[in-house]
Amino acid sequence: MATSSVSAAGVSAQLDLGERRRRRQALSGIVVLAILLLLPLGISDVNVQNILILTLMYTALSQSWNILGGYCGQISLGHALYFGIGAYVSTLLFTKLGIPPMLGMIAAGLVASAIALVVSWPCFRLSGHYYAIATIVIAETVYLLFLNWDWVGSALGIQIRFTGESWMTFQFRTAKLPYYYAFLGLAAVLWLASYWVENSKWGFYWRAVKDNPIAAQSLGVRLFRSKMAAAGASAFFTGVSGSFYAQYVGYIDPDSMMNAQLSILICLPAVLGGIGTLWGPAVGAAVLIPVTELTRSYLGGSGSGTDLILYGVLIMAVATLKPEGLTGLLRIDGRIKPVAAPADPASSTHAA
Amino acid sequence: MTAETLAQVVVSGLLTGMIYALIAAGLSLIFGLMDVVNFAHGEFLMTAMYATFVLYITLSIDPLFLLPLVALFLFTIGVVVYRVLIVRALSVKVNSGMVQIFATFGLGIFLRGVAQFVFSPDFKSLRGTMLSDKTVSVAGVFMPLPQLAASLVCVVAFIGLWLLTTKTHFGRALEATREDSEAVALIGVDRHFIFAMGWGIGAAAVGVAGAMLATFYYISPGVGVTFALIAYVVVALGGFGSLPGALVAGLSIGLVEALTTLLIPPSLKQVGVFALYLLVLFVRPRGLFGNL
Repeated sequence: MATSSVSAAGVSAQLDLGERRRRRQALSGIVVLAILLLLPLGISDVNVQNILILTLMYTALSQSWNILGGYCGQISLGHALYFGIGAYVSTLLFTKLGIPPMLGMIAAGLVASAIALVVSWPCFRLSGHYYAIATIVIAETVYLLFLNWDWVGSALGIQIRFTGESWMTFQFRTAKLPYYYAFLGLAAVLWLASYWVENSKWGFYWRAVKDNPIAAQSLGVRLFRSKMAAAGASAFFTGVSGSFYAQYVGYIDPDSMMNAQLSILICLPAVLGGIGTLWGPAVGAAVLIPVTELTRSYLGGSGSGTDLILYGVLIMAVATLKPEGLTGLLRIDGRIKPVAAPADPASSTHAA
Repeated sequence: MTAETLAQVVVSGLLTGMIYALIAAGLSLIFGLMDVVNFAHGEFLMTAMYATFVLYITLSIDPLFLLPLVALFLFTIGVVVYRVLIVRALSVKVNSGMVQIFATFGLGIFLRGVAQFVFSPDFKSLRGTMLSDKTVSVAGVFMPLPQLAASLVCVVAFIGLWLLTTKTHFGRALEATREDSEAVALIGVDRHFIFAMGWGIGAAAVGVAGAMLATFYYISPGVGVTFALIAYVVVALGGFGSLPGALVAGLSIGLVEALTTLLIPPSLKQVGVFALYLLVLFVRPRGLFGNL
């Protein structure tokens, strides 16, 4: 009797802790959103606006990646595939059938999601490194196919014709702000999705799958279905981001929409900021994208390799020195000091 | 298509396949030893190619004689990478799955960036070497001498690797460490030494392949990416950790790639290889020779 009342008190204390964390997260979200809504009013420099837009885009992309790679623990190194598919679907619907990108982007997300499900079917039998390798190979295969596929413009790509400024076609020639708010909206939706994931049944499933798949399975989590749901959701938002970006730059080709470097850039903010955390992708993108753009403009074009050196050093440093990411350093994730997670069975037995 | 064309394609496929096999052997050795995939393997190859290029330009010694030097250089890189990066990555407790992938993945990007910074993204190639622009013909099948020499060197290196891992005391220590790295510590084997040697030898193998590849293939910062992808496919096909598997799978992949060019445009030649990989993945995830 005594033990049960103690544990009941413990449970309610934990619930309270969870509730407090949730409130803190929600409050931080509202504050950041308010700042970002007002931020562009004071900025007229086009280059700065461009950096802000790219930062928001990579925030959204990395948040999408984080659903699968962070919360569910399936490290995909081929997410450029879904981005590219998204860009191509909305663009082809627009240029070949005249369907406006505002509708096309939904189709883009759905097609990317469907492809992710098909691709994931065999891949989810693989774990860890094997899964990561498979995602690279599949993305590379599709990239090669698009590079040689004349109907989608092959290596030359597709120029999206300008039909006048409108939200329906999502085309604005002079103003950058509509794109800023569109990507902000997307990032906010993904933030909400991540917030929901952190506190929902699916979120607990996914984290269980990531931390200890066998234990999760024994407790009734359907591994395969959980992973598929994460892959589908992740690819949907990556595809939508791809179609947004296609409208922003007005021109798509396999090299700018699907190459392997893009896959790196999609997961990098989350890795840097904190994989599987609510604010990780945003913090990572806010550090990475401005730094990348500034080094690019000060140390010469992207051909000099300085951006790659920077990415490489950052990845190695975070992976070996601060694997919980920058948010762990700043402790802004609203987490109470994390209990040392049992990383592998051997170490956890030592701890016990 | 005549029988001669077919013979030509088969031979060139096998010549390339032998190089793939050696590249994959290095990857497979490291993986089999410690369950870590080197995502910078392609960049090790690229580093070996640039090392050959620089040494050839500065010393004017034929690449064939530079081989030991390049292999030694890559061996050193392998050991240093293990001691500095991999040891740290393996000791991380939080997000360990992610760390093991991203530590070497980051290293690969870093090496590519350095190559681009030092040598520019332009393609380089070795000209006027002892073997260049020479061909031999056997029974009507033409073989460019650089490719032939590269394959032969890879065969020799492969045999050396096989002897080293199966017939020597060191090979037995390697095998024992692979089986149980905790237990070997009890009988006085320093597992960090064995792991470091494994990384060194794995890198040296890809170094030999890179040095020979440099005699006839263009050199660029991104050259390793394609070869690494093929090496992953070879290793996945042959079974992770299996040397005979790497040999058979490497030769098969070379063949498949060469035969694909008969059917579809050469720019798509890797698609056949990747399709084969996905097929195997679907049917037999552990690979043809894998016993995981």
